[in-house]
Amino acid sequence: MKSYLIKGVSVVGGKPADLLIRDGVVAGGGGKADETIDAAGLVALPGLVDLHTHLREPGREDAETVETGSRAAALGGYTAVFAMANTSPVADTAGVVEQVWRLGREAGLVDVQPIGAVTVGLAGKQLAELGAMATSAAGVRIFSDDGHCVADPRLMRRALEYVKAFDGIIAQHAEEPRLTEGAQMHEGEVSTRLGLTGWPAVAEEAIIARDVLLAEHVGSRLHVCHVSTAGSVEVLRQAKARGVRVTAEVTPHHLLLTDELAASYDPVYKVNPPLRTAADVQALRQALVDGVIDIVATDHAPHAVEDKECEWAYARPGMVGLETALPVVLSVLGEKWELIAERMSRTPARIAGLTGHGTDLAVGSPANLTLVDPSARRVVDPAELASRSRNTPYAGTTLPGRIVATFLRGEPTVLDGKAVK
Amino acid sequence: MIKHLRSAADLDADTATLILDTAAEMAALAGREVKKLPTLRGRTVVNLFYEDSTRTRISFEAAAKRLSADVINFSAKGSSVSKGESLKDTALTLQAMGADAVVIRHPASGAPHRLASWVDGSVINAGDGTHEHPTQALLDAYTMRSRLGRIDGLKVAIVGDVLHSRVARSNVLLLTTLGAQVTLVGPPTLIPIDVAAALSPGTKVSYDLDSVLPATDVVMMLRVQTERMQDSYFPSAREYSRRYGLDAPRMRKLPEHAIVMHPGPMNRGMEIAPEVADSSRSTIVEQVANGVSARMAVLYLLLGGKA
Repeated sequence: MKSYLIKGVSVVGGKPADLLIRDGVVAGGGGKADETIDAAGLVALPGLVDLHTHLREPGREDAETVETGSRAAALGGYTAVFAMANTSPVADTAGVVEQVWRLGREAGLVDVQPIGAVTVGLAGKQLAELGAMATSAAGVRIFSDDGHCVADPRLMRRALEYVKAFDGIIAQHAEEPRLTEGAQMHEGEVSTRLGLTGWPAVAEEAIIARDVLLAEHVGSRLHVCHVSTAGSVEVLRQAKARGVRVTAEVTPHHLLLTDELAASYDPVYKVNPPLRTAADVQALRQALVDGVIDIVATDHAPHAVEDKECEWAYARPGMVGLETALPVVLSVLGEKWELIAERMSRTPARIAGLTGHGTDLAVGSPANLTLVDPSARRVVDPAELASRSRNTPYAGTTLPGRIVATFLRGEPTVLDGKAVK
Repeated sequence: MIKHLRSAADLDADTATLILDTAAEMAALAGREVKKLPTLRGRTVVNLFYEDSTRTRISFEAAAKRLSADVINFSAKGSSVSKGESLKDTALTLQAMGADAVVIRHPASGAPHRLASWVDGSVINAGDGTHEHPTQALLDAYTMRSRLGRIDGLKVAIVGDVLHSRVARSNVLLLTTLGAQVTLVGPPTLIPIDVAAALSPGTKVSYDLDSVLPATDVVMMLRVQTERMQDSYFPSAREYSRRYGLDAPRMRKLPEHAIVMHPGPMNRGMEIAPEVADSSRSTIVEQVANGVSARMAVLYLLLGGKA
């Protein structure tokens, strides 16, 4: 294993210093190494951790594979990603989660941690074998029917209770299905003008309100996926003030984009939950700064060309996001490195109980880190993405920041802005 | 002149007025023995219909043929569309055939916008999902102008299932552009959220048809599908009809000069009583005739004819 000396790097925005990486760990503040990286002007962050990624394997390898998604993640500065369960077959058994976990190991670009389905086949009827997934080689701790809401309140209560036995956590896709039948975009002025069926904010807020009460009642942990409305932020703020054990994530696109983009009817802007209003975007940014929203998660959702080059109503919802997440967050928050490290690395690792990630780059720590050039500007070109899919909403947009290098346990996965393998 | 007609919002007052004036000239042609103009000879108009709509398709077909265009009817049934060809592939096919204009009717809102990004020719929206139906708004405006002599200052009530109505959206946009005052009337469940902000700030909303009628010049009844009951938009056809249907006693609340419109097809006995539909105030049959003139004007102007 090669050793690396990263010279003159600003660790999480601190004064320039040298960082020696050897034998998979941070070995000190200087010394001899096989290779030296001139990191003047670069910022080192603990490797980013994404609690919400769709890798599409098994089932839709034409849209993404564990390997291509892992490469996209590494290029985005990630060292760990959590793969959502809505694959085909669904990741609702120990067999499927172990397969995904093993594919992640084989790709070796990021740590791929499978998320298990809450219910069999994501059907919302019967609990999946959560315990079997937890004790499998994949060691699943997060369970989610993402893409679908665990809408049945009794089933949700049972799931929240059941996973306490192995310190699990339920990540809820908060969407009351009866309020969103046929929904195409945020319900409001723009949906009325465009004649697209509305997805009302209350469909998210009502489920979050119910679930924080359920979590409070049974004393369980709840994680809320992709919070998208100002009203949800208020529900979470009150729940946290009462001491409910709830955490929440926001996606980069909900921090930057609004429902006005649907006016083109280009389904590259179709996503679930939908893009909301400018007022929602403001509330989400503030909540991320305040900590009412704990983390940024990408909801990276690759889709094949034919699932997006069509009529809006027939398109699948979702956007790719791993390679643009940090630039988008930088554009929204500015160079607040401590905050970024907290929201994109340390806290997601802590929520997931993932050891070895999101740790300070102190001597002896696993060398999971990424180097960012904050002064670089990049025009997003879908053709350059490492993801197998091209459905980025940022095509042609100039975003700040460039990922120069990423290290997974001391091994570079990205060098000079290019994937190593 | 604009290239596409995807939304009534594509039309400013001058353009809309030019279309209506041109439609009047086209209507004069209908009284002649030979109803054909050579204007679009050698041009190809494709009617691309993903929904059954005999009246709209025939109207566009008659309009194009009276302008001597070659017309290709491409319907979803019995074509490659039913074999799962994507809209984009169909668009590329039409492009390769050299379509000068594509008239599209589609169940998905925004399909004409997508189509316009894939073909070089003009795209004319003949009804897309619950979005718009701009040529219907043009023929409605034409009908109002011929009956009442003007549009500016008219008070127009659009009554019924506004939420799912492409006719309503296009009419609000076009009529307010031309200076009319529009009031949307229906049960609150069928009035879309933030509708005034979405379409035109001056638009009013009322849940009480009886209070609106005495100060109305034009009442436009929208088709209400009885399936909406199953979705709890209203309790029953009978209650809907009682609260929002236009029957003879209600019609008598209208001013003497007021007209009754309906885009068709009607649910007689539901939103409109037979004696109203067949009364002298009703413009329903005229609307059909005016549809051909309005669509001739649109094709003529979009395909580069001189007014």
